[in-house]
Amino acid sequence: MQKSNVDIRSLQIGFGGLKVLENLNLNVEASEFLVLLGPSGCGKSTLLNAIAGLIDVRGGEIHIGGRDVTWAEPKDRGIAMVFQSYALYPRMSVRRNMSFGLSVAGTPRDEIERRVGEAARMLQLNSLLDRRPSELSGGQRQRVAIGRALVRHAGVYLFDEPLSNLDAQLRAELRVEIKRLHARLGATMIYVTHDQIEALTLADRIAVMQGGVIQQLDTPKKIYREPVNRFVASFVGSPAMNFIPGRIARDGETGFIAGANRLGLNGYAFRGLPTDAPAVLGIRPEHIELTASDDPSAVSARVEMVEPMGADTLIWCRLADNTAFSFRHDADAQVCVGDTLNVRFPAEALSLFDEISGQRL
Amino acid sequence: MRLSLNSRISAITALLPALLVMLVVYIGATGWTVWMSLTNSRMLPNNNFVGLRQYEMLFGNDRWITSVHNIVIYGVLFVSLALSIGFLLAVAIDQRVRAEDTIRSIYLYPYSMSFVVTGLVWQWLLNPTLGIQHVLRSWGFEGATFDWIVRPETAIYCLVIAGVWQASGLVMAIMLAGLRGVDEEIWKATRVDGLPKWRVYVSIIIPMMGASFATAAVLLSTGVVRLYDLSVAMTNGGPGIASEVPAKFVMDHLFERANIGLATAAATTMLITVIAVVAPYFYWRTRKGEMR
Repeated sequence: MQKSNVDIRSLQIGFGGLKVLENLNLNVEASEFLVLLGPSGCGKSTLLNAIAGLIDVRGGEIHIGGRDVTWAEPKDRGIAMVFQSYALYPRMSVRRNMSFGLSVAGTPRDEIERRVGEAARMLQLNSLLDRRPSELSGGQRQRVAIGRALVRHAGVYLFDEPLSNLDAQLRAELRVEIKRLHARLGATMIYVTHDQIEALTLADRIAVMQGGVIQQLDTPKKIYREPVNRFVASFVGSPAMNFIPGRIARDGETGFIAGANRLGLNGYAFRGLPTDAPAVLGIRPEHIELTASDDPSAVSARVEMVEPMGADTLIWCRLADNTAFSFRHDADAQVCVGDTLNVRFPAEALSLFDEISGQRL
Repeated sequence: MRLSLNSRISAITALLPALLVMLVVYIGATGWTVWMSLTNSRMLPNNNFVGLRQYEMLFGNDRWITSVHNIVIYGVLFVSLALSIGFLLAVAIDQRVRAEDTIRSIYLYPYSMSFVVTGLVWQWLLNPTLGIQHVLRSWGFEGATFDWIVRPETAIYCLVIAGVWQASGLVMAIMLAGLRGVDEEIWKATRVDGLPKWRVYVSIIIPMMGASFATAAVLLSTGVVRLYDLSVAMTNGGPGIASEVPAKFVMDHLFERANIGLATAAATTMLITVIAVVAPYFYWRTRKGEMR
């Protein structure tokens, strides 16, 4: 099976007077699993449809496997696609759903049979081959849709929110299955989702999009640990990152002033030279630590609400100046509403953003 | 929870008129018709039982045989042509054409006309000395001939033309609703699979539209059975008896020819035919419903 890279150069897409994508560049390596992540309306599905050739572009080029396919028909691009609504052919059996495209394209019968058998084995569809889609569960239908994509032996597999119509448990199961499939085939996959968990678990790299622009393109770890701006920081991660407004002070040692508290920033990797300016401090709930009251970096906070989440507990607190934040603690934490806790914000786990531009400092 | 006597009485009172209409008008009249067909009633109904004599006479009657022959031709051609033309119109409109609303209204317009008006319009259009043939000849196509309506062996096809013209718009509306119900992503999937458009319609879309086709076919079929006014307005059964239809046979014998026995025998024959066609379908439907 060939594995194609995808190269998108200054792509422009619009509908009427509306510009959806403008000058978008993206390079997907062969065998890579790339996730396009963003809220609805950010252009991620539009981008995927453009790669598939299902919508026309206004400008720019799309290269798949080194070939310029900007104006090629979808079937000639060496792609296969899986849709959110499964898009199975309802009056055809599972077997026919998978084989129909190949047989119309004139693929030899034994080759079709081999490919369908192989896909069915990979996706555990063997016992379902003669059923109609209406006789299958949602998860089975989506596996059939994936099977229909696999038999095309495409260079790139495109997934358009494939798990969004499934319930939470099936979603988790199928997510693992897709990840296993990628590990096994080593195929190039581009996967659109608005679910940051799917993105973090599946991706080799994530492209976080907003307003038709890729905000950050990086590994899941980097996206999670070092978001480049406040949008990425708030979109990725659940429970969400805490944001605490304040200012950066450079009186002697650089620090962050939030109300009456001063946090040392020794150990924070500034991108440029820090300046005295209003800023927003971001920290993920699991990076906040409990500490002793005589720790000089301790900040005291009042517990407002406790959310047990099974594996751990989310504790909602307020600082003296009324700023709210949440942090994660062991499930066996003996914390009650109204308690006063001493916490510290480790500088190396912080993210600082410019108050106006929202860019990482 | 049991209903109180009071509310049960009011429920029965509310249903009573409809029930009476149903019993007296439909079942009563049908029963009376069947009974009349077994008597020798002429101008006025009587109760002289003659067994199946009227049916023997009916099937020895040339005009009835022609009527039955015509209704079969009309039924098969009308339903199949209206379904296919209506579907093709719907497909054409579904290609995201401009002024879709206007075109849709134009297609649907004939359906708002009564059969009598449709019949008259087409009578003029098909009339060799007034209509299409005349226009073609006046344009210089001297040899142009389109005289189906005055030739006995083709007159029934003129009814088919008018009927299809009138009903295709309705079929188009039903089909268009069906086509619009097809998931956009299925179309995308067929494009990724590289299926030619005609193939998508034939192998995927049409099989998905079973309900639309069934609805349209049922509506069209009722139109076939009660076909009467079109024949009256367009050809009045002519030339001769060439475009007679069963419903017209019944009406004529009931009121003009004062032969109630024969007319009711014809009507009963029509009823039995319809039941013979519909009953297996309903049986199949209920069986299917039970299996679910």
